[in-house]
Amino acid sequence: MNITLHVWRQKDANDPGAMEVYTAKDVSADSSFLEMLDMVNEDLAQKGIDPIHFDHDCREGICGMCSLVINGVPHGPQAATTACQLHMRSFKDGDAIYIEPFRARAFPVLKDTIVDRTAFDRIMQAGGFISVNTGGAPDANAIPIPKTAADKAMDAAACIGCGACVAACKNGSAMLFVGAKVTQFANLPQGQSEKAARAKAMVAQMDLEGFGNCSNYSECEAVCPKEIKVEVIARMNREFLGATVKSSS
Amino acid sequence: MSSTPTTSPAQSPSSATFISASIGKKVLMAFSGIVALSFVVGHMLGNLQIFLGQERLNAYGESLQSLGAGLWVIRISLLLFFALHIWMGVKLKAENLKARPVRYKFNETVKASISSRTMIWSGTTILAFFVYHILHFTARTTDPRFLQLPLDMAGNYDIYSMIILGFENPVNAAVYIIAVGLLCTHISHGIYSMFQSLGLTSPSCNKTLHRFAHAVALILFLGFSAVPVGVITGALKLPKNPPSNNHLQSAQSLEPISIESGGES
Ligand code: HEM
Ligand code: FES
Repeated sequence: MNITLHVWRQKDANDPGAMEVYTAKDVSADSSFLEMLDMVNEDLAQKGIDPIHFDHDCREGICGMCSLVINGVPHGPQAATTACQLHMRSFKDGDAIYIEPFRARAFPVLKDTIVDRTAFDRIMQAGGFISVNTGGAPDANAIPIPKTAADKAMDAAACIGCGACVAACKNGSAMLFVGAKVTQFANLPQGQSEKAARAKAMVAQMDLEGFGNCSNYSECEAVCPKEIKVEVIARMNREFLGATVKSSS
Repeated sequence: MSSTPTTSPAQSPSSATFISASIGKKVLMAFSGIVALSFVVGHMLGNLQIFLGQERLNAYGESLQSLGAGLWVIRISLLLFFALHIWMGVKLKAENLKARPVRYKFNETVKASISSRTMIWSGTTILAFFVYHILHFTARTTDPRFLQLPLDMAGNYDIYSMIILGFENPVNAAVYIIAVGLLCTHISHGIYSMFQSLGLTSPSCNKTLHRFAHAVALILFLGFSAVPVGVITGALKLPKNPPSNNHLQSAQSLEPISIESGGES
């Protein structure tokens, strides 16, 4: 099939950038979205045009590097799927496809569709961890964890930190990501001792990075490739409120 | 055995005061929203007494007036909560706009409801309506007939006739119904949103909560629109006989009020 691509091209962080139009010819319906871009890029390289830069790594939906907004939807039209796992059979011959970077003040564009997502790293550094002493590994199952708690923690821990939630949110809010991290630890015994400080520190860093606020659109939940639910945001709010009340009393 | 971890999440940036925090603002939004919502529910229940007759409604109005200073305490607290709600709402909106300086060329929405995306617009429209509504029925500055209404038989101000005169003007009735409709879209997202902001949702009750929010909004819409619809359809009419005022010599005209003479405002 033949596809018309409208792609955001931007030389560097200071370039204003613009949409450019390319055609992808004889695309196999079985190729992945990124393979289609690889083919377009070979074509561009042969013509002496700078290839389209896009982030990717595992190409199997687990690393969270791919970060394309496809026809206005982060990771494209297929629910619960990263852009690297999207296949061209989701489109039809003659389609026009718009490819844009994740848009948020806290995710500045570096080049074309590649954005700087280190804001997420700084949020993790603020509290997305537990402090443990190194040494011999403890016995497995030494700490009993109820099944329901383990399930909740595991659901939240499915987050691959791609940032699609920020890209989808009308407010550029990172609450689904931070909520997932706070929820993951809040459900486990290992996360308890630093629970209050974690919620406050991660929220503070999130605000500092310039992400927007949550208006409860649930748009993040709809695009999350790992189907993280907005209830993790409620959990984070609860943890944050609890921590605030605790520290002021 | 014990040792201190080298890093701990406790080192939070000092700017993290409650009001400046994103979640803090949302919590204030939710609390002020609850106050506004209780007022709205109470107001609807008050309004519906019009269907119990002139005497009942006017007596209800009088019971509110008789609170005297208490009424002003309620009014001023409501005003303060509204001010907080609007202040936080505008601040949140301004920050949210700043968080995405470059917009998408291809703009798409997968799940967010229209009511959730128009909170600031439904909010500001109802704010404008509130101003008019208060001038119309509380301060009574927009319709000269309202100040000339004779007292009812019990000697109370005749709210009943005032409302009927007000809504006999179809433009007034239509504006009111539209404003109440916008208020209810605001509330239909607002109720879900405030539970979420306060951390009171869970995956198992999410669907029920959405249904509850829509149901409350619909009930409020029907309850509020019933009054103008009742007037326009003639289900609610001006009292047949002019109030006799036999036990109370009103300074105002004893003559039956005439609908034509007042002049529409
Ligand atoms: C009787 C009138 C009103 C009621 C019952 C009401 C109720 C609510 C409720 C319950 C919420 C949800 C709060 C949350 O997300 O935690 C909300 C949000 C909001 N309200 Fe109101 N409100 C009213 C009037 C107004 C007015 C006059 C404005 C004017 C600016 C306004 C602006 C907003 C905005 C912008 C939001 C969304 C904030 C966000 O999530 O980003 N509201 N309202
Ligand atoms: S490239 Fe790893 S998730 Fe898409």
